[in-house]
Order: sequence, then C-alpha cells, then structure tokens
Amino acid sequence: MSGADPTLAETDWSAGTAPATGASLRGRRVVRRLARNPLAVSGFVVLCAALLGGVLAGVVAPYAPDQVQFDAAFSPPGTPGHLLGTDDLGRDLASRILFGLRSSLEASVLAVAVALAAGVPLGLAAGYLPVLDAVISRLTDLVLAFPFLILAVGLAAIRGPSLTNAALAIGIAQIPGIVRVVRGETLRLKALDFVAAAIASSASDAWVLARHILPNAMSAIIVQATVAIPVAILGEAVLSFLGLGIRPPQPSLGTMLADAQQYAERAPWTAVVPGVAIMVVTLAFNLFGDGLRDALDPRGGGR
Amino acid sequence: MTPTRGAVPPPAHPGPAGADASTATPPAPASGPVLSVRELSVRFHTEDGTVSAVDRVDLDVAAGEIVAIVGESGCGKSVTSLALAGLLPPTARVEGSVRLRDQELVGAPERLLRPLRGRDIAYVFQEPMTSLNPVLTIGRQITEVLQVHQRLGRAAARERAIALLKLVGIPSPERRVDEYPHQLSGGMRQRVVIAMAVACDPTVLVADEPTTALDVTVQAGILDVLRDLRTRLGTAVLLITHDLGVVADIADRVVVMYAGRVVEQAPVHQLFARPRHPYTHALLGAIPTARRGSDHRLREIPGLVPVFAEPSDNCAFADRCPNADELCRSSTPPLEPVKGGQTTNPLHSHQFACWHPTTPPVEAR
Amino acid sequence: MTTATPRSTAPSTPGSRQPVEPAPPVLELDNLVMHFGPVRAVDGVSLTIHRGTVVALVGESGSGKSTVGRCVVRLHRPTSGTIRLNGTDITHLGRRALRPHRRELAIVFQDPASSLDPRLTVGAIVGEPLRLLRLAANRRQREQAVVEALRKVGLGVEYLHRYPHELSGGQRQRVSLARALVSSPSLLIADEPTSALDVSVQASVLNLLTDLQRDLGFACLFITHNLPAVEYLADEVAVMYLGQLVEHGPAAAIFATPMHPYTQALLSAAPLPDPVEQRERTRVVLRGDIPSAVEPPSGCRFHTRCPVAVKRCAVEVPAARQVAGRRVSCHLVDADGSGPDIRVAGQSGTAGVPALRREEASP
Repeated sequence: MSGADPTLAETDWSAGTAPATGASLRGRRVVRRLARNPLAVSGFVVLCAALLGGVLAGVVAPYAPDQVQFDAAFSPPGTPGHLLGTDDLGRDLASRILFGLRSSLEASVLAVAVALAAGVPLGLAAGYLPVLDAVISRLTDLVLAFPFLILAVGLAAIRGPSLTNAALAIGIAQIPGIVRVVRGETLRLKALDFVAAAIASSASDAWVLARHILPNAMSAIIVQATVAIPVAILGEAVLSFLGLGIRPPQPSLGTMLADAQQYAERAPWTAVVPGVAIMVVTLAFNLFGDGLRDALDPRGGGR
Repeated sequence: MTPTRGAVPPPAHPGPAGADASTATPPAPASGPVLSVRELSVRFHTEDGTVSAVDRVDLDVAAGEIVAIVGESGCGKSVTSLALAGLLPPTARVEGSVRLRDQELVGAPERLLRPLRGRDIAYVFQEPMTSLNPVLTIGRQITEVLQVHQRLGRAAARERAIALLKLVGIPSPERRVDEYPHQLSGGMRQRVVIAMAVACDPTVLVADEPTTALDVTVQAGILDVLRDLRTRLGTAVLLITHDLGVVADIADRVVVMYAGRVVEQAPVHQLFARPRHPYTHALLGAIPTARRGSDHRLREIPGLVPVFAEPSDNCAFADRCPNADELCRSSTPPLEPVKGGQTTNPLHSHQFACWHPTTPPVEAR
Repeated sequence: MTTATPRSTAPSTPGSRQPVEPAPPVLELDNLVMHFGPVRAVDGVSLTIHRGTVVALVGESGSGKSTVGRCVVRLHRPTSGTIRLNGTDITHLGRRALRPHRRELAIVFQDPASSLDPRLTVGAIVGEPLRLLRLAANRRQREQAVVEALRKVGLGVEYLHRYPHELSGGQRQRVSLARALVSSPSLLIADEPTSALDVSVQASVLNLLTDLQRDLGFACLFITHNLPAVEYLADEVAVMYLGQLVEHGPAAAIFATPMHPYTQALLSAAPLPDPVEQRERTRVVLRGDIPSAVEPPSGCRFHTRCPVAVKRCAVEVPAARQVAGRRVSCHLVDADGSGPDIRVAGQSGTAGVPALRREEASP
C-alpha cells in the first residue's frame, strides 16, 4: 500500500515487517485500476484487434487489397464474400481496411517516434537548464502558433507525398506537445529532494537527467504518446485525403475516403466504412490513453 | 449566549476577578454539552477495500470548553472532525450520533446541514493560505460570511468585519480590511481565518492543526486568540493536534485517539500527571526534554499504526504494547473511568481503555 | 571505508609519530553570503564546527538556515564568503574537483516522501553515492557497503529490494540516513530530519541519530525549529534570524541563560509538554511580522520586533562579540554577559534594564 494518503495510515499487516513485494505491486495496481474502467478496457480490446488486424493483414485479409473484380463492383456490405462490401473497382473493402489500418498505424507510430525522439531531449533540456529554456520555449511557442494540420499539410507539400513524409510532417507538428509535457515534468522533478541528494553526491547533469528525471517522467510521456497516436492517425488520414500522404496503390484509410467522395450517393458505404474505421480506432486509442492517465495519476495513489 | 446581530458580542463569561486569560478557568458546563458525539464510526470504501477510520468515538464539548483531540497520523482525529459537519467525501459511511445542541447531524440532509456550517459550527484548518481566496480582500471574505448567514447590509457587515479583526488581535484593522491575503504574514492570515470562523458566533469552533504550519513565535499568538475567544464569546473549541505542547498550553480536556478509537480521555492536568493508557504514556515519553548522555532515551514505539478494514475485537494497540497479553488481543477493552474518578457526567472524568493500565506517574521532568 | 583527512604534521624525530598541530575543524564558514536575486537569504554567517560535535542551527521561516545547509553541500554556489571543509576551501570548486571532498559531506532532508526516488530500490538509492563518488571497486563491494549501511540504521537485508512507497515515513528517513552515511562522511547536514514525522517516529529517528553520532563520530549540523530536539541532541546551538546569526554557544548555556532577545523569545514560545509549568510561564509575544528578506531592516535586523530595542539598534549593526563563552550580536548585552531578559514580566524598552536572571543550568 502506498503511504501517499495522509488520512489513511501506512499498512502493516504483520506488525513490524514491510510487505515483501517489489515494483510489481505498483504495476499490478495500475493494471487493476485500468481493468476497472470499462471504457479503457473496450478501448484496449479494440486497439488490440486493430493492431493484430493491421499486422496480420496479409494473413487475415480475405482478398489482396488491390485485387480488382469489376463484376463485383459496388457490392453493398453483407454481400456474400464481401463482408463490408466493395468499392468502385470491386476491391474488397474489408481487406482494404485491414491494409489501410496497417499503413495508418505505420505512419502514426513513425510520427510519434519522431516527435518523441526530438521532443523528449528538448523538453528535458528546457526544464533542466534555464538558459536553454528561453530558446526552446520560444521555438515551441512559434511552432504551436501554427494550426496543427496546416503545419502538417505545409510540411508535406514541401517534401512531396509519401508515407514517410507524411509521418515526418505530423511528427514535427507534434513535437511542441511533447516538449511541453516533458518540460513540465522536468521542472517538477528537479525541485524534489532526491535530485538534490544526487547532486550533493556529485551527480552530473547527465546522470540526474538519465537516472532520476527521465524514468520518473515516463508515465507522463507514455500517456502523451498514447494520446498522440490517434492525432497522428487522423493527421495521416487527412494528408492522404488531400493527396499529400500515402499514394495509391498502397491502401490508406484517407485515400479510401477521398476516392469515395464521388460515389457518396450511389454507394455510401464506400465512404462510411473507412470513416467509421478511422473513428473507431481513434476513439479506442483515446479511451485507452485517458484510462491509462487516470490509472497512473497520483490522485489515485499511482506515484 | 445567543448570537447578537450587528454588534461585537459582549464578553459572555467574566472570569474570576483579576485573572488573566491564560489561567482563567472555563465556565462550568451550564446545562450539558453543546456538542455531543456518541458511537461515531466512519468507514471509507476505497478501491483497495474498506477502511475503518473511526471506531465508536464518544465525545462531549461544553460551552466555553477547549477539548483537544490528540493523536498521530492515521489515528482518525481529522476524519472525526470533518465527520461532525458532514464534510467527508462520498466514499465515507458515517454512523452514530452527533448532536449540536439539539440538532442531530448524522444523516441529516444537505439543506439542513448547509445553514449550520459557518453559523453554528465553524472550521479553521491548517493552511491559512489555501483557506483564503487570494483574489478577494480579507474584508470581502469576512463580509461574505456575514451576508450569507446573517443577511447584514454592506456597511454593517464591513463594520462588523473590522470589529472581528480587532477581536482576533490584528493591528490597524480599518486598513487591513482592504488588504489581500498575500499582503499578510502566515500568522495574520490564520487570525483572519479565525475571524471568519467566529463571525457568526458559532456554538462550536473546530480547529484542525491551526498552528502546525506556523512558526513557533507566531503560534503562541494564535493560541492566545483561541483562548480569548473561548473566554469572551463562550465558544466551545475542539482542537485537533499532534503537538502535546499545544495541548499542555491551552486544552481543558484531552482525548487521545489511536487507530480510530479513543484510548484515553481526561482533564489536562490529570492526563499529563498520571496517564493510564500505555500509548499515552509512550507518547509523553517520546518528547525530548532532557539532555542526552543522561541515559534517558526517548521512548520509541515499535511497529506501525495498524489499519483495520473492519473494527476488530481486540485492543488496537496490542501489537505494539509491552504489556499486551492474550486478553488484549482477543477483546476490545471498554472505556472506563479511573477508580474514584467518577463525576456526574462520566465523560468529564478520567477514562481509559486498557486491560492493563500503567499506574506509576510519569517521570519528573 | 576510511576517510582521508588532511592532517598537518610538523617534522618529527624518527620514532615519534605525534602530529604537532591539531586537525582542522570539520567545517569553517567565513562570512557566508547567499543571495537569490534580490532575496538575501543568508547575509554573513560565520560558524565553525569541530570534529564530532553536533551544532544545531535554529530559526524560523525566513531565517536562512536551510540555505546554509544547502550551501555547505554546494547545492548552491555562494554569492560570497568561504566554506572550508577539513581545511580545504571548497567554495568555488567545480564538480570534478569537488568530488573527493563530497564523500566527507552528506545531507538528509525533511520530507520522506520526496527524499527518495520512487523508481529506485532501496539498494540502488543507498548505493548511488558509492557509484557517484567512486568509492567501491566493484558491485559486490558496493552491495556489502550498502548492506552494512542499512544494518547501521536498523534495516535488514530484505529492504534492499523494496521500493520507497512500501515504506513508512520513519523507514524512509532511515534509508535517507543510510544513504548519507554510506560514504562515512565527517559531516552530516540534517535539514529538519524529523519535522515531517509523528512524535513517536521522531523519537526513534532521534535515538538513531544519537547512537550513530556516538558510534561513528561524525559532526552534525542539525537544522531545525524543533527546540526540544535541540536540547536533547545538540552540543552547541546557533540561532539565526533573517539571514544572520544572533547567538551561538554551548547548548546547555544557551538554554539556561539565553542572552539575545530573539533567542529568549524563541525559547519562551516553544510550549512545554507540562500544563502546570507551561501555564505558569510568562509568554513573550513578539509584535509585528517577520520582515521580508528582500529589504531587511536597517541596523539590527531584529529591532522591528524587539521589545527592548533602543535607538541605536535601528542604526548600527551589532557586531558579533565573544561574551561569557558564546558569541552574541546585540547592543544591549554587556561584556560580562548581563543584558535584557524579555521573559521577565514588566520589561520595557530602555537601556539600563535589570540584569539577566541566572538560572541553574539543566543537567
């Protein structure tokens, strides 16, 4: 039991000896708290399904994503053999969704990785060294002044459409968010006594950052990343929709949406299916991320 | 002792002629206690299980009396104080009875409790900075209390606010009334909080660690204010603290709590002179006084405070008590008066809950 | 782990190994000044701590006592003045140069909740100074030293793999102590080590501190506002007010006959846990608030609140004078040690006040 709540005493089930468990107790607590949150659990389940589906698309999908079948074009959902229907070229939507998910996840994970790779060190530096803080904070403010999607679109347009460029653009646009969170955590942790104790034992700045500050900031970073992924998924979808991201024949949820525009009246499912897929995955990540944040939150005794 | 409207309350109980505030004896309980707590129990339902925080506490406070609840962290004293006016979070289940004059508070609906808070029972907490709103002047915060509960007009409320600031010993109150909390020191802020608390002349003032966050030279002043209010307004004061020095300074009666239960209650002089419960004994022995090197080690209490999910039938202190035996571990000792110590109201005598009380007096200091 | 202490030895004849000069004091602060921008937290503190002595640094909020402690372990770089550790000037040394000296220093903080890194095991926490100070040749040696340090504070081997959140406040303070003592320092700075603990837990930590100090012989700068603990533990007492020392001397003497009016106020304000004695005492209530450290009062900084202040106090800064075995900074204390006693009822502020009541020194 954590001793964080002053109105309830520290536990001692057998007088004198402390409970004999390690960090697993904390991890188990977080998991337990998550498990009690039905929204977070459903988000997690959907996430896993999406991830598995995307990763195993080659195995699971009934058809190849670009397999054209003109005679089956515009089949509505429920048609035997095509659970979610087909598009204008007779391509199976269910299969395309799976492969599209894979691309979306690839792009968004790459984007968040870029954001973390740049944002975490910048955030640490800004929080720990006041001199650098002035510069870094002004830069992040500058980037934040641009609306996220405009920035992403602008960057992608400069570099030309491709999955990597889209991921890069989105990642760069997400850097300020990461920097903000990491800087805040660094400032908070820097003031704690255990950091002072390390410095008094001759710890260098690098030691303090790597050994004390970064590990303790991990919860906040993980939560931020979990929430950044759906933003990236949406971002990729938008970019692809605009033709600035994934190019055909590689399937992408965004391009599926874009192509479906012209057939909206005749075969609405060609737009609805990818749209709902985007919505469900994004929602799942958000619910899980929120649940994770609540489970790790100090108010619930997580720290 | 009816609240007077719009004027500074007159001194209610003149003490013995010539006595100064620090030694004035409290007025004798007129017709019984103004606050009466019986079998108060509080259970919290948390995600990690149930916790029994307070277990069958009995307590009385008479008008003009200062009763101190003493204990260490986890003893349930703060929870008890919050339970009185229904200030606990929804995860708490409160059982038992709390009677404020003739009004039963446990289980009373919000619409009955809300007007009582501030008017009949008022609180002073530990942190003066978080008790005051930083964007309002202190005058405004006091008049707010007056306007809500007593419906005074602005001018009358302001006059009374100034009078209240003077009552708690703030110099130049006419100037201070328009200042903001950050312009005052910690001690001054706590006086303002006390002024707000007594603005409507409450029957009971509950002060939860009112001096813990203050410097020791400021603490004496706050204790003087509380003592003064007790004498002049006849307010009953329930003081929660862990500091036995504060208790020795100001309390009339002391209630010692451990693991959610009352283990000893007594008038203050008797408690310090001849404590009966081993925990009280240990607490007094843990306070450093003598010089080291005189072979006098501070008394330690091995082990940790237990947390009970359900009230159990044993002495809560048994695991840490040097005198504990099978009896202690298998049944809860009842609260009983010391031999020959009965008074008409059993709650004003010296009572303790222990199967094997200590009898020798505490070592002379 | 032996501590390398610089000893100066005069040339001696072969066969005799007697150092002629005594070892330098563990700590010498010479006019230490620490300003944080406009805030003059420490404004000229001079203090000497001899080997194996416990010096209590007492004061209230704003006195600068914690800042002094943090300056000694070089968490801050002093604005001016010197810090001499075992004879070496460490005031301006860089991190590398400071490293060998840091093994002689250790600090324990007030808040058990934030003193230990929640992500590290007790073993890692206590072992960290050994790694940073390069004090153990390999992992096994380090672990041995850690186990030994834990044993000294009364924690068994099973605590090595526990995490801070599994420990009580008292146990965490013990871990902090173990971490501090693992390098066998000659000076321990204890910054309010018991203030956040319950009374009974304070007792066990104070007992432990007493035992350790007696067995290991380190000097201790005990920073606190808890006067009963000071009376119990300290050899000397130094009183700070608004960044400066007002009185410094042997603990018994200061508690028996405090000379500076602020010391008297401080001692009289701390309530005694004895209702009979406490209610008979004359209480001293200082008027006014503690002034700001940004613009301290002129002359004697205490004059705005001193009940016996005279004109001179507002104008001239009192010098620290050696009087009757201690150092006092007050205009009204004479060379023979007589001066005002604001605890005696009826005192008012003019010169020529009655002489100090001499009470029996407590044993």
